[in-house]
Amino acid sequence: MADFKATRNGYGEALVELGAKNSKVVVLDADLSKSTMTYMFGEKYPERFFNMGIAEQNLIGTAAGLSAAGFIPFASSFGIFASGRAYEQIRNIVCYAKLNVKIGGTHGGITVGEDGATHQGLEEIALMRVIPNMTVIVPADFDEAKAATMAACEYNGPVYLRLGRDKVETITDYSNRPFEIGKGYVLADGSDVTIAATGLMSAFALQARSALAAKGVSAAVIHLPTIKPLDTKLLYEYAQKTRAFVTCEEHQIACGMGSAVCEFLSQNIPTPVKMVGVNDVFGESGTPKELLEAYGLNANGIIKAVDEVVKLKK
Amino acid sequence: MNNNFDALKKHASSIRKNILKAVYTANSGHPGGSLSSADIMSVLYFNHLKHDPKNPWAEGRDRVIFSKGHASPLLYSVLAETGYIEASELDGFRKLHSRLQGHPVYHKCPGVEATGGPLGQGFSFSIGMALGLRLAKSGSRVYTLLGDGECQEGLVWEAAMAAGHYKLSNLCAILDYNGLQIDGDVEKIMGIAPIADKFRAFNFNVLEIDGHDYAQIDSAFGFAKAKTCKPTMIIAHTVKGKGVSFMENNYTWHGKAPNKEQYEQAIAELEKAEVK
Ligand SMILES: Cc1ncc(C[n+]2csc(CCOP(=O)(O)OP(=O)(O)O)c2C)c(N)n1
Ligand SMILES: [Mg+2]
Repeated sequence: MADFKATRNGYGEALVELGAKNSKVVVLDADLSKSTMTYMFGEKYPERFFNMGIAEQNLIGTAAGLSAAGFIPFASSFGIFASGRAYEQIRNIVCYAKLNVKIGGTHGGITVGEDGATHQGLEEIALMRVIPNMTVIVPADFDEAKAATMAACEYNGPVYLRLGRDKVETITDYSNRPFEIGKGYVLADGSDVTIAATGLMSAFALQARSALAAKGVSAAVIHLPTIKPLDTKLLYEYAQKTRAFVTCEEHQIACGMGSAVCEFLSQNIPTPVKMVGVNDVFGESGTPKELLEAYGLNANGIIKAVDEVVKLKK
Repeated sequence: MNNNFDALKKHASSIRKNILKAVYTANSGHPGGSLSSADIMSVLYFNHLKHDPKNPWAEGRDRVIFSKGHASPLLYSVLAETGYIEASELDGFRKLHSRLQGHPVYHKCPGVEATGGPLGQGFSFSIGMALGLRLAKSGSRVYTLLGDGECQEGLVWEAAMAAGHYKLSNLCAILDYNGLQIDGDVEKIMGIAPIADKFRAFNFNVLEIDGHDYAQIDSAFGFAKAKTCKPTMIIAHTVKGKGVSFMENNYTWHGKAPNKEQYEQAIAELEKAEVK
């Protein structure tokens, strides 16, 4: 049986472990600690936990100040508010000075579900990756979220972790290795096309690969938990090998992971690409499953894109 | 003008039952802060608001803005109670393709004047609306519902400053002062007291009332209308989850649905308390 757990829980558990290991780790929240899972750290280390109230701009500004005072702050809220409302603080105070601030933005993507479009962050990858000095990580599952949070703490500089609300299938294994920032992983090899996916879309990419195999199409699946910096070495290798790419993300197509992949490929090894993601529309209320289907964020959507991109191959 | 508060109380009870039904049916949503403002909204819509549910976008209408947009079950239940929408539509709350989105969306449904959910923004939107209505020489008023946790947002104070500065006497804000937010007590998380003094310092007329006392709510709205030189802030002391014993003053009912037994108990309690 596959294991299903939310990435935000992996983040919350990692923070508790980090709290024990490193007395410099402090955690801040904005009245969503039960949703972002930072409450677990708050219960264990109340003197190092700051609930800033519903005030995201001050959340990030305060985190920046704490980092300048020598601490390693993890600041959390829903991604839409952490990355959106506090955007200019992140750009000008945190990233410009390359301060050691970690932002855990939960409830990323359409799988927020019933709360609807106002709460479904579909732009965080775009907003965060465009800022110099920022590192952007989108874990695929609980284990990866936990490992990535540990790695973010080791790294010195701003990091944005995009986390989800819903339970997702565990497809990674970090029991014997640490998470390496900037590294992509080959989940399955193939020769006709490369499916590059991030976040929960990587599990769908694997499903699509099996269905494609039955149709005689050999697809490689590359999982890219770090969007910035991108694993360009891996992208180059697979562009050479398969000469066609499909990118998949639970995010706007514009300026997301797929765009980052295109920026690299088009300038270094021009390759046909089809992009799966949310196509320039807002989300809406519904169950996560209904929404993934309605917006084509599933194996079928990926298979369709593969069929199209294969036709573009020279 | 309706001075028979028994009729209003019946409406409020029906609104409360619909709040619970909508949240129960959707199996998600925000009952606590919807129940706390139900009496205020009942008095506003039935006794003070200039509106026509059959002609929802009529030129001269007053505007109601839920800055604490998570109280959408309340907004939609009020719209059903006043005849903007059918009560049966509440069953579609939070479902795919429904007009009744998890958080209210600008003009998506008759009677929904603003997008709400991202806290603080509705208040700021109200400032522009009040300025615009005044500029257009309209006699329409703007009513904005705020949460006490919401007052932690910096944006609330930028908006308040502008309301005071521009002497927006056509703006009447209502603060649902229920003392609770998602993580617990407002005063323990990030205190906002003394909130009346703060709004006074921002040049508001501040009225403090019991948000479940119909005579007090009614006269506060009347007083706000009579003021011509300042915006009004009605600080309504309320009980989060009001009307359902196990939800009252319990922050864990901010944003979750009751199970079947809890739902049935809640409805029974509300029916028992109804004025006959
Ligand atoms: C900008 C922003 N930050 C966080 C949230 C998440 N959130 C929704 S409701 C809420 C608590 C609101 O508390 P309060 O204003 O007191 O509302 P009430 O008690 O009346 O329900 C929070 C933090 C949000 N909707 N918007
Ligand atoms: Mg409150």
